[in-house]
Amino acid sequence: MGILDGKVVIVTGSARGMGAAEALDAAENGAEVIVTDILDEQGNETAVEIGATYRSLDVTSKENWSEVVSSVLDEHGRIDGLVNNAGIYTSQDIFSGSADTFQKVIEVNQFGTYLGMAAVTPIMSRQGSGSIVNISSVAGMRAQANIAYMASKWAVRGMTKGVAKTLASSGVRCNSVHPGAVETDILFDLEEEVVTELISTIPMGRSGEPAEVAEVVTFLLSDSARYITGAEIVVDGGMII
Amino acid sequence: MGKLDGKTIIITGGAKGQGAAEVKLATALGAQVVVTDILEEEGKKIADETGNVYLNLDVTSPEQWSDVAEFTLSEFGRIDGLINNAGIDQRDHGGVVTTSVDVFRTVIEINQIGTFLGMNAVAPAMISQEAGSIVNISSVAGMRGLRAVAYVASKWAVRGMTKTAAAELGSSNVRVNSIHPGAIETDMLFDLGEDSINWLVSKVPMQRSGTPDEVGETAMFLLSDEASYISGAEIVVDGALITR
Repeated sequence: MGILDGKVVIVTGSARGMGAAEALDAAENGAEVIVTDILDEQGNETAVEIGATYRSLDVTSKENWSEVVSSVLDEHGRIDGLVNNAGIYTSQDIFSGSADTFQKVIEVNQFGTYLGMAAVTPIMSRQGSGSIVNISSVAGMRAQANIAYMASKWAVRGMTKGVAKTLASSGVRCNSVHPGAVETDILFDLEEEVVTELISTIPMGRSGEPAEVAEVVTFLLSDSARYITGAEIVVDGGMII
Repeated sequence: MGKLDGKTIIITGGAKGQGAAEVKLATALGAQVVVTDILEEEGKKIADETGNVYLNLDVTSPEQWSDVAEFTLSEFGRIDGLINNAGIDQRDHGGVVTTSVDVFRTVIEINQIGTFLGMNAVAPAMISQEAGSIVNISSVAGMRGLRAVAYVASKWAVRGMTKTAAAELGSSNVRVNSIHPGAIETDMLFDLGEDSINWLVSKVPMQRSGTPDEVGETAMFLLSDEASYISGAEIVVDGALITR
């Protein structure tokens, strides 16, 4: 018995890292999980490990989204949850940035999240229920130098509230989660001094584990959060206070 | 097996409404609850029904807070959680021009100083345990401007103090977060009268008021180890009321 028993949940970018942790936690809490990613081999492995199914999905492709949604509906008949987790990082700032990199980050993080919501909301509205969880970042809550990443994450936070308001009367909820320094490749790829400096600013004095973000996602997917929509939950050990 | 198994939790204003809902949920999830309120009869009844203890606590009294903390430590050996739930509305909903200083002080005294005193009373025990979770009940009134100036001030203060406490206590693994309920079915809402309730609910995108349990479940999540990396956060539980 889990708080997601019987729910069908799609998690994007879930071949590894935070997405894999979210897929695992959802599955452990009883959900039928659809692992999606562009990393087919790792995605398949993750899906097998947690007893989920895998679908290849480039979140920037409208056609890919249609195919995934159709196949999930064929197999399960419904979609109860979507976790828009797929995302990429760049540290480029206003001086160092190229327009191409900026567009690429917006394409995956922002447009990918939009396409995901656009693909599942008609089904959720028809069902009269559903929960969408968009993974933004602490970069979506404050000023940071990494302009492309920050812009994409502020956009995710804003779209979340817009969709929450639009769909509230249909019983569909939409919330954002804002992780801080979480132990994934985005963090590991930073230089060691940068990570040490970052962690020294965190009141809890440590980075977070992917599972600690995943449990918040599971809570928002569950009926325990049934009156929460348009909210933003920061999971950062106190970093941005 | 519940996610609060073995945890001892103090809940203020636990005699009725949202506090009573939190008492029941925490008990069902395995916690030992210390129910506190100034409403002795109703408080004892909830405590009896749920198999918990009741203590009189006027949240504005430092002496009573210290008695409650001492009792909890001597009886149960630890304090794992505190929900600063006790609060009052500003009944006249007065603005800057019409609010009397007495009304202003009373609201601040209970909602803000009461919350401060609660954190002040339990934090030493939580620091020495190197574990603890404090949940402060603010309001959507702590997220934006509304007419009732004293109530708004008290709830913004709770939100601000939450972040200070989170920064101060983070290195001791003590987490502090705020919850911001919207239109929830408690006396505070019912006392507004039917017309005001209908108007308020018409502004909620989910088109309904919330139940005390719906706020309570968020509090349970924050008290539990599932929220182990959440501190200094604010969770709005309002059916999208303030996305407007």
